[in-house]
Amino acid sequence: MSGSVSFRLGGSGKHRGPALSDGRVARCILIGIAVSFLVFFVGAPLIVVFVSAISRGMPAYFDALRDPMTLSAIRLTLFTAGVAVPLNLVFGLAAAWSISKYDFWGKGILTTLIDLPFSVSPVVSGLVYVLLFGRTGWFGPALERMGVKIIYAVPGIVLATIFVTFPIIVREVLAVMQAQGSDEEHAALTLGASGWQIFRRITLPKIKWGVMYGVILCNARAMGEFGAVSVVSGHIRGETNTLPLHIEILHGEYNTQAAFAVASLLALLALVTLGLKHWVEWSAQRQSAPRIEPMVDERRAPPTVQGAS
Amino acid sequence: MASRRGVLPGFGLSLGYTITYLGIIVLLPMSALVAKAAGLGFGEFLRAALDTRAMAAYRLSFGLSLAAAATNAAFGVVVAWVLVRYRFIGRRLADALVDLPFALPTAVAGIALTTIYTKTGWFGGPLERLGIKVAFAPLGIYVALTFIGVPFVIRTVQPVLEDLDPTLEEASAVLGAGRWQTFCRVIFPALLPATLTGFALAFARGIGEYGSVVFISGNMPLVTEIAPLLIVTKLEQYQYASATAIACVMLCVALASLLLINLVQRGTRKGARR
Repeated sequence: MSGSVSFRLGGSGKHRGPALSDGRVARCILIGIAVSFLVFFVGAPLIVVFVSAISRGMPAYFDALRDPMTLSAIRLTLFTAGVAVPLNLVFGLAAAWSISKYDFWGKGILTTLIDLPFSVSPVVSGLVYVLLFGRTGWFGPALERMGVKIIYAVPGIVLATIFVTFPIIVREVLAVMQAQGSDEEHAALTLGASGWQIFRRITLPKIKWGVMYGVILCNARAMGEFGAVSVVSGHIRGETNTLPLHIEILHGEYNTQAAFAVASLLALLALVTLGLKHWVEWSAQRQSAPRIEPMVDERRAPPTVQGAS
Repeated sequence: MASRRGVLPGFGLSLGYTITYLGIIVLLPMSALVAKAAGLGFGEFLRAALDTRAMAAYRLSFGLSLAAAATNAAFGVVVAWVLVRYRFIGRRLADALVDLPFALPTAVAGIALTTIYTKTGWFGGPLERLGIKVAFAPLGIYVALTFIGVPFVIRTVQPVLEDLDPTLEEASAVLGAGRWQTFCRVIFPALLPATLTGFALAFARGIGEYGSVVFISGNMPLVTEIAPLLIVTKLEQYQYASATAIACVMLCVALASLLLINLVQRGTRKGARR
């Protein structure tokens, strides 16, 4: 008891007095509830993926990964993310720049529309492209005459992936750009920098952690998307089968071990994503700490200058 | 003109590109959906959107999403409280685990949950002996929707709890309130808007969810067929009109719940200013 009193007298602020801290029993019960909730609902599914993947030993695990159909699914997934992420990155930078640096009519509407894909079910995201490019869709007949296939082909998969990951990078970049403000950009402008120079030398270094954060999240979603891609893919093995769709096929064939072996790749991707996400958050925090110090010094600087003069 | 907008160069280029890309990727496809629905005519739209199978699917999707979001609201506040207020071994790991449903692809979550909750699974076996069937039953859909909704409430409540002024609790304690009374009268009202926001986000995500549900649900029409699955089924049968009508109903409910979030947040901001 005396320990907690001396903490209070120490006034470190972090330690709460007896009136503000919960009893030991309540604390243990609450921690127990929270941890079991997370373990049962989130931890168990993650563990079961890896346990099932190696349930028939390591050779079977690697055989499942070396299967030509798995390899082709990996290639298609990498290709899809490789197209979708850069396109959404360029868009994210352009949209964040235009929304954060200028005032114009309809800004609110524009931001709402950018967020629209988040409120659309993945299945509907696929459906809209079928309505557009499918055989009976708006451009379907014209495309068919030209011999271009979008639905039940790779372009449809890429389009659907771009749609579902559309708002991710913009959101992150826009939040950082708005928080950082435009003072340095305006200073660079008065010093004669061109628009491109300002963007590359001033804005990009300021927002780089936000950009990386957005790219990491966008990539994870792009590689793992299932619903939207499932609607437009047609499930042609070796051709329009991404990793998540390949998992579905293997699971449907009761080839559970192989399904989990492939799933373990995506689960690893999720873990790497979370790790990178924490690393980016940590780096951004560490970098922003010394950034504040010069500002404090600047604030202190004027009096001494005045004193000197 | 330019000076009123902002002095930095690149306005035309960046906004032009933004609008063009938005138009091609989002607006054009979405207008195809709206046009298709409008082309159906009122009577046919209603017939497709409200037939028995569709109604059963909505009831299942909306009801179970509500139940899952409510579960997450209740446990989410507890988890956020524990993560912010207590220091214990494994806290960082628990905190990292919260984001997993965002990062784990839905198909992976789907087969993992199915394996756990089938008759031979880790949890499915014991539950089956108690007479509770989870996989291939509505309860399985509830479990999947709870899984994907885990981060929403926790991540919206956590920052509010961190910023909560401790002097409010001190004042409450000084005035003679017990811990539980302080929680109900002082802390919980401050957390309520964030909890509601997280609840609505989890609900909106739940009604559209497909990947994690299709594996565990069993997909029996009228019993365990969720609305997104019904859209896929209609598409496979080339019934584009029905698929579009059901998609429109779901889109409206999702947009309505997000509108509700906006109103809640605007209301809190106004309250804070007062």
